Amino acid sequence: MDYLYAFLIGGILCVIGQILIDATKLTAPRILVIFVVAGAVLTGLGLYEPLVKLAKNGATVPLPGFGYALAKGAMDGAKEGFLQTLGGGIKNTAAGVAAAVVFGYLVSLIFSPKSKR
Amino acid sequence: MKNKLGKQTFLYPLKPRIVGAYSIVGEKEGKGPMAKWFDMILEDDTFGEKTWEKSETKMLKQAILQALQKSGRDKEAIDAVLCGDLINQLMSSSFMARDLSIPFLGLYGACSTMTEAMILGSLMIDGGYASNVIVGASSHYCTAERQFRMPLEHGNQRPPSAQWTATAAAAMVLSEFDKGDAVVTQGQSMPQGQYVKELYITHATVGKIIDTGMKDVNQMGAAMAPAAVDTIIRHLTDTGREPGYYDLILTGDLGLIGKEIALDLLSGAGVEIADVFKDCGAMMYVKKQDTHSGGSGCGCSASIFSGYVYREMRLGKIKNALLISTGALLSTISSQQGESVPGIAHAVAVTTEGVK
Amino acid sequence: MAKKQQGQSKKPKKEVTKQYEQYVKQFTPRPKYVTNSLKAFAVGGLICTAALYIQNLLMDRGMSEKDAGTAVTVILVCSAQLLTGLGVFDSLAKYAGAGVIVPITGFANSMVAPAIEYKKEGPVLGVGAKLFSIAGPVLVCGISAGTIIGMIYYFVK
Repeated sequence: MDYLYAFLIGGILCVIGQILIDATKLTAPRILVIFVVAGAVLTGLGLYEPLVKLAKNGATVPLPGFGYALAKGAMDGAKEGFLQTLGGGIKNTAAGVAAAVVFGYLVSLIFSPKSKR
Repeated sequence: MKNKLGKQTFLYPLKPRIVGAYSIVGEKEGKGPMAKWFDMILEDDTFGEKTWEKSETKMLKQAILQALQKSGRDKEAIDAVLCGDLINQLMSSSFMARDLSIPFLGLYGACSTMTEAMILGSLMIDGGYASNVIVGASSHYCTAERQFRMPLEHGNQRPPSAQWTATAAAAMVLSEFDKGDAVVTQGQSMPQGQYVKELYITHATVGKIIDTGMKDVNQMGAAMAPAAVDTIIRHLTDTGREPGYYDLILTGDLGLIGKEIALDLLSGAGVEIADVFKDCGAMMYVKKQDTHSGGSGCGCSASIFSGYVYREMRLGKIKNALLISTGALLSTISSQQGESVPGIAHAVAVTTEGVK
Repeated sequence: MAKKQQGQSKKPKKEVTKQYEQYVKQFTPRPKYVTNSLKAFAVGGLICTAALYIQNLLMDRGMSEKDAGTAVTVILVCSAQLLTGLGVFDSLAKYAGAGVIVPITGFANSMVAPAIEYKKEGPVLGVGAKLFSIAGPVLVCGISAGTIIGMIYYFVK
């Protein structure tokens, strides 16, 4: 069942992240960078695509999935030409990044940080 | 050198008095076990201001002006203000002081600023350079997090060793003279008509920077503990005193972990202080406030010294106290550059016993 | 440990540090590894499952798989940013840890959190610059890694 695999794989990727948080001195941003690069590299090696086929959002939603999208976009562009390779990664993730920037900007203008209790 | 004891300790023959003190803390601190000893607890950490920095500035200003009022002195009588905070370029202190029209000396000792200020303020009085000096320090959770760590709304998990920068500001007025032991204190925080004690600063031990090589910024207490231990041992050696001489040996913000480490290190050196040892960081919050290893920040020790210690000593409940503020001297970029966290601790001996 | 206090130790500083770090470990409470991992697993898995559910819903309405996938990403990003603005995301992260940090929601939060903080420094140079102060490295390294891999493919084929 798709949902089961999505849950399991998504959960496992998060557990790996959690272990890194608990057992190492790595901060969240560093861990995110490791994950995104790992996702891209695994995609290049052809190892991430099967995971995506199996777990769907369980593999695309966690940050390695972002790396996957970036690498896949570039690899798809490689089939067409140099410039398409260069632009492929950003092209594939364009909508997500644009949404993050625009909506993020709006939210930041509207809301204010709250003091912790 | 007639007023120097041993390697690092100053003797103040003129015994500067602490004649007034005021502490103001934030919401979270006001819900902790020390709440009843603070002069003011904020309902809201913004204190009505638009930025966190303005709010910290306002807290520090209030602490200083109110301490002044409680001391019964006029602003014109104050020869200098010595204070500091954690913000880059001492923003809170400088912007607080710009309206005061009192000679101003900004100090940076990270969380050791309060005793650093007390030491230097006492020097000015003892040396005949000042009659009245105000010393103070402040910290604010929101300004510190935003500068040193992560933005407030950032989703992250703090490790168990992390400490919570206290939102607190405090000030003390040091003076050549008090009115003697029969002084009746002004201000609603002390019982009116009560026979209260004079507080004398008799000694100070200036700490050396001790760097353990530890790089983990979430282990501040552990990074500072050896500095506190070094200063305590140095103080006892220089003055020839035993730990039992003091009713209270109070460190600034070693936190729960740092406190245990300090106790253990001192035991290892043959110095037993467990009976009289407390730590402001460990005292500031209760476990259910989820601050992990306790409080930190200049205001943590400043507010507890100016609140709890000041009042208990005025009432004669504590006769001899050794106050040690501890600081972690890292910068906002030092750990990114792979540097370790250097620690420092300054000690001040305060007594209610007039003649030694 | 007492010899450390005398400062006479002839050991190289690195060794002293290592010794001290080991010593400190015995005073430091351990994180609750199992509980934290379980929470991260459950919440992370749930977010991915919910994402799949929404994607299927959109595809049922006629969206292509690719578009539905993109739409789901946008929905997750915007939700996380809104929750950050409302001051709720950090509490979620405190509880679920990697469960909300590892999915794209963590990245979205890391954009808004500093930006919202620096509003006082102005909407253009404050907010604008800070949107990328924590998320920047992820984009830089991700885009670099992805594009370099694409380049390798291009030249190898």
